[in-house]
Amino acid sequence: MTTLQKVRQRAESDARSRGYYLNPDLQFLENLLEGLKQNEERYDYPSCPCRISSGTFEVDRDIICPCDYRDADVEEYGYCYCALYVRKDVSEGKTPIRPIPERRPREKQERAYAVSAETSTEKLAERTAAFVDKPSEAKMKMWYCKQCGYVCFREEPPYICPICKAKREMFDEIRLKADTRDVA
Amino acid sequence: MRTTKVPGENNKHRVLMYALSTCGWCKRAKRLLRDNSIEYEYIDVDLCSMEDRERIRRDILSRGGRLSYPTIIVDDTILITSFQEDRIREALEI
Ligand code: SF4
Repeated sequence: MTTLQKVRQRAESDARSRGYYLNPDLQFLENLLEGLKQNEERYDYPSCPCRISSGTFEVDRDIICPCDYRDADVEEYGYCYCALYVRKDVSEGKTPIRPIPERRPREKQERAYAVSAETSTEKLAERTAAFVDKPSEAKMKMWYCKQCGYVCFREEPPYICPICKAKREMFDEIRLKADTRDVA
Repeated sequence: MRTTKVPGENNKHRVLMYALSTCGWCKRAKRLLRDNSIEYEYIDVDLCSMEDRERIRRDILSRGGRLSYPTIIVDDTILITSFQEDRIREALEI
């Protein structure tokens, strides 16, 4: 079982490695860390406390903290959707923290509901397979960052390179001769 | 759909909040209502049944809202997405 202490340490070290800070409002921060801990206990992965999880790893992958949208949000607004990770000026109280718009595409949010609704029906296995595995795997591609060479395997390139912070435009697809589905 | 009712002296408006039990902004919203003695009902969408979750999704979208939390519905007519404190205060006259 994870502890609040572990969740906190993980967030702190992640913030440090990216040059970010954690929310300076200690009560707000505590609530978010507690939310992350609860989600990790519930789903086995620390999905975003301010978004609804489907409970299916494949569907929630983009909202496992730190989510795919964090870096773009910190860059544009100064903090992530939950306001867990913040920029220096925000941590110093120079920029106020207010809710920001959801960057996660609507179809991904909907998929979480659709998949959760499926769990209450008998067709779960078959529908989940159709919904999650085939389309997403078929869409999975290899991407590389032209600036630093970072490589990832996912449906779309990241908004920002997690290594060198290059923008999405710096990513190019690596086309493999073999069917990429075999790679997975 | 089972909502939790929070009693308060100020019951001028009917307030329903769709929330997530883990979310920092939802906790802020609940605290704002509590601090102002607002009577309200809420449901933690992450903890409710899958059927209710789907019902809530349809309700939010049919009112022109977005699937972000908290979503607050005042008097069955005003929908406020996210913890927009100014809009909440305005709708509740606090
Ligand atoms: S919005 Fe912030 S807290 Fe939520 S998953 Fe993304 S990085 Fe983590």
